[in-house]
Amino acid sequence: MTELSRIRNFSIVAHIDHGKSTLADRLIQLTGTVAERDMKEQLLDSMDIERERGITIKANSVRIEYPAQDGHTYILNLIDTPGHVDFAYEVSRSMRAVEGSLLVVDASQGVEAQTLANVYQAIDADHEIVPVLNKIDLPAAEPERVKEQIEDVIGIDASDAIPISAKSGLGIPDVLEAIVRRLPAPKGDRTAPLKAMLVDSWYDSYLGVVVMIRVMDGIIRKGDRIKMMQTGAVYGIDRLAVLKPAMTDIAELGPGEIGVFTASIKQVRDTRVGDTITHEKKPTDKPLPGFKPAQPVVFCGLFPVDSNEFDDLRDAIEKLALNDASFSYEMETSAALGFGFRCGFLGLLHLEVIRDRLEREYDIDLITTAPSVVYHIHMKDGSVEELHNPADLPDMTYVDHIEEPRIKATILVPDEYLGDVLKLCQDRRGIQEDLTYAGSRAMVVYDLPLNEVVFDFYDRLKSVTKGYASFDYQMTGYRQDYLVKMQVLVNDEPVDALSMMVHRDRAEMRGRAMCEKLKELIPRHMFKIPIQAAIGGRVIARETLSALRKDVTAKCYGGDATRKKKLLEKQKAGKKKMRQFGKVEIPQSAFISALKMDS
Amino acid sequence: MSTAPDWQQGGFGLYLHWPFCQSKCPYCDFNSHVAARIDQRLWRDAFLAEIARAGRDTSDRILDTVFFGGGTPSLMDPDLVAAILDAIRSTWRTSNSFEVTLEANPSSIEAARFRAYRDAGVNRVSMGMQAMNDDDLRALGRLHSAADALRAFDTARATFERVSFDLIYARQHQTPDDWRTELDRALALGLDHLSLYQLTIEDGTAFGARHAAGKLPGLPDDDRAVALWDITQERTQSAGLPAYEVSNHARPGAESRHNLIYWRSGDWLGIGPGAHGRLTLDGTRYATETPRAPGAWLDGVSRETREGWELSPLPAAEHATEFLLMGLRLAEGVDLDRYDAIAPRALDAQVLAGLAGDGMIELDNRRLRTTSQGRLLLNAVLRALLVDD
Ligand SMILES: Nc1nc2c(ncn2[C@@H]2O[C@H](COP(=O)(O)OP(=O)(O)OP(=O)(O)O)[C@@H](O)[C@H]2O)c(=O)[nH]1
Ligand SMILES: C[S@@+](CC[C@H](N)C(=O)[O-])C[C@H]1O[C@@H](n2cnc3c(N)ncnc32)[C@H](O)[C@@H]1O
Ligand code: SF4
Ligand SMILES: [Mg+2]
Repeated sequence: MTELSRIRNFSIVAHIDHGKSTLADRLIQLTGTVAERDMKEQLLDSMDIERERGITIKANSVRIEYPAQDGHTYILNLIDTPGHVDFAYEVSRSMRAVEGSLLVVDASQGVEAQTLANVYQAIDADHEIVPVLNKIDLPAAEPERVKEQIEDVIGIDASDAIPISAKSGLGIPDVLEAIVRRLPAPKGDRTAPLKAMLVDSWYDSYLGVVVMIRVMDGIIRKGDRIKMMQTGAVYGIDRLAVLKPAMTDIAELGPGEIGVFTASIKQVRDTRVGDTITHEKKPTDKPLPGFKPAQPVVFCGLFPVDSNEFDDLRDAIEKLALNDASFSYEMETSAALGFGFRCGFLGLLHLEVIRDRLEREYDIDLITTAPSVVYHIHMKDGSVEELHNPADLPDMTYVDHIEEPRIKATILVPDEYLGDVLKLCQDRRGIQEDLTYAGSRAMVVYDLPLNEVVFDFYDRLKSVTKGYASFDYQMTGYRQDYLVKMQVLVNDEPVDALSMMVHRDRAEMRGRAMCEKLKELIPRHMFKIPIQAAIGGRVIARETLSALRKDVTAKCYGGDATRKKKLLEKQKAGKKKMRQFGKVEIPQSAFISALKMDS
Repeated sequence: MSTAPDWQQGGFGLYLHWPFCQSKCPYCDFNSHVAARIDQRLWRDAFLAEIARAGRDTSDRILDTVFFGGGTPSLMDPDLVAAILDAIRSTWRTSNSFEVTLEANPSSIEAARFRAYRDAGVNRVSMGMQAMNDDDLRALGRLHSAADALRAFDTARATFERVSFDLIYARQHQTPDDWRTELDRALALGLDHLSLYQLTIEDGTAFGARHAAGKLPGLPDDDRAVALWDITQERTQSAGLPAYEVSNHARPGAESRHNLIYWRSGDWLGIGPGAHGRLTLDGTRYATETPRAPGAWLDGVSRETREGWELSPLPAAEHATEFLLMGLRLAEGVDLDRYDAIAPRALDAQVLAGLAGDGMIELDNRRLRTTSQGRLLLNAVLRALLVDD
């Protein structure tokens, strides 16, 4: 057990791609936590999907030992966090487990939308903040100007900001010293009853459920009988360890320490992030306040392509949810798709990530239905219903009005792209609330309907600004508007999974875009296929996918049978990624792609 | 009652691959190579060794056909062809209608050898005419002129019992009128077998690369390709040479017996570099394959290492897939009783009914046939039929 004064706990926060994970690499490396030969770039981004996309999705913690200049060795627990707005919940959750934050700012980019959002969260969590200016090796780096920007835009003192290059390792020793000198040691009482925060949990195929905790008071040891206070579940600790980042056994953890345990946990539902863990026999009387639950904002249905895989899907979803408290699910049935789940996400990237992880880590082929936000349906009898799935919209004769969620979007953008950004926001039914300048960058605040934002707003924003804009948003509330359900008919059959709520004024435009997109996405069949968008039986847009006219191999002799057969096998495998609607096969990817608009 | 092995309903043939050509045509993805020097004696020894080997398991059978394919087999020394055919005849009994085809390029050099090939036992030639005008022949990278080809054809007809030729259509800038005229000229020659292929742009060929670079203008779009196909069906039909297979037309009775073995899922031996075979032994159907590179094959035989020779049992599902994908190319279609005996499970009745409703297939008694329309969409028909195995 380590003395409190020799412990420092902190998160590394920043806008996406500003170099958090690379900085974590250097801290791990310089302290010799991981053998040189085991080092690799963004070591903590261990999921395939993180490595492929080059972004952090899950917060990751690691314990390092640092012999400081004062002659003492300190235990540092760092948590590397994701930068993308969809994973902001990971950041806020992580911050509750530590006392300080390294705020990384890319010195060639300056302050961006998530820089701001993260600072506000850190201040909320009472954190001591150490600003770090990264990427000073880049010719475009302007550390002095960015310092000023931090002071002007964020309003925190940046005079002691540390200039570094996480890539080359320049300035890393200064960061380590600053962690020890400038961040506060944790507080806690080792004689008090055990009080530990359940920070995270995940499913490991060898170890079962692994729980990550931060001890506040008391001491936890291997063999202890502990209780999860919210769920009431009681378990004996099988294994206690710290992450270096490999799991390394430890005899006990005291106040201020961060570690993990396993306890033969059967019920995945027993572990809830934010819960307080205490001893069964001598419990604490003051549980921690818990985390504010994440509010999913985008919903969609996930169905197994092979209906026999429903149980596997349930199992996979439960295990994934354990690792991601911001993702919600409930069972759903659909006439066309059978049994599946209606799932809630923090954004579209979050949705894609979860779907990808289910497909890869659990090897289940999925159909994803059109994502939707949550509408409030005010019935004529005065009751209010939440609508997660446009297919469930009640008969409109009983509906008085519909409300949709709105957000406050903050966008930072260089001057020259401001016009494009304003146009984009205007096109998406936005109402401008604020426009200010910090140097040559504009900060625009817009009130926007969430349903115009979740699907492709971020992609569009990036493309109209060549990647120079950054974006953050918060939910603000609900507002009534003229919203209708748009249905899509393929070969004259309604495809529920493609219905969506739209603003009446935008319906024709979206209907047309949807039909055109589907025409590209659905492969040609042996017959021609009408694709229509309709509102309450009235067709508002129509495309026709012409019939396949010719698809035959001209030469096929003895030597070609094998090749031809393999081709067919491949096409059969491709077919598994299709879903049959009447006589038409729709590729499962179409359900999301059809919603992304090109303008 | 002991039932006859399935392959007997297709027949038994021997395919022999000659992998050399005088130059490589830009559209061709066959296993064909241009070599400076070819030691035909070495090749003879190797072919004879392979024939002897193949005879070990099958010498009790009656051989229906031999096909010299390529490459350009008309570059083989007539002595070589004779030696091979002698060996074949002394290994197997041959059927009464024994068919021996040789693929020939229609140039004067080759025509000079026709008589010797006939004397060796070749009784059918298939000539690579490809086009009947010089501009298009040049565009296809062929070495012969249209006049050369016609002269070679005359010689062939005077020499062999049966002559067929190949044309490639749906060429660059070819209009339906162009094709109708050209096809009518071909049909006016009064032959009883024609192979008419729509030009396919294959990966890994010069045309493939040019096409990918956008430098192969004037290829037909789908609508034009279908119009050209329709003309082909109509003209050959009225000339008495209807399509009996996707790209093959014959006066009834004049079909290529050898190629029918493939399409009817018979057994055939594959001899030579990159040759594939299908062979049923003791009730198990095998797929055989040899190395594609001529040098590797020759080495493998002469050193008796036979590295890269493959003989793998064909699972029932794959056998069934092949049976359909080959058989539905034929106008005569397939026998569903045969299919059911081969396949792990019968075809889905609902899918069949759907395809019949769309005019893609016809079912009568237990015969399943593609319509002309269905044959044009054969890949889609197969995808529909072979869903959830
Ligand atoms: N030139 C230079 N590039 C850097 C430096 N630090 C990080 N990078 C590069 O910036 C990119 C993003 O780095 P990451 O460490 O993945 O950034 P991150 O903040 O963890 O990103 P997210 O987790 O996705 O939010 C990578 O290509 C790094 O190699 C630096 O000091 N100099
Ligand atoms: C093995 S090749 C012919 C043999 C001989 N070497 C010749 O070219 O005359 C068989 C036939 O396939 C056809 N063929 C080859 N490549 C083709 C392609 N890419 N598209 C269409 N037909 C093709 C040609 O008509 C050719 O005659
Ligand atoms: S088309 Fe015939 S001649 Fe031309 S390369 Fe191919 S096999 Fe040889
Ligand atoms: Mg990262």
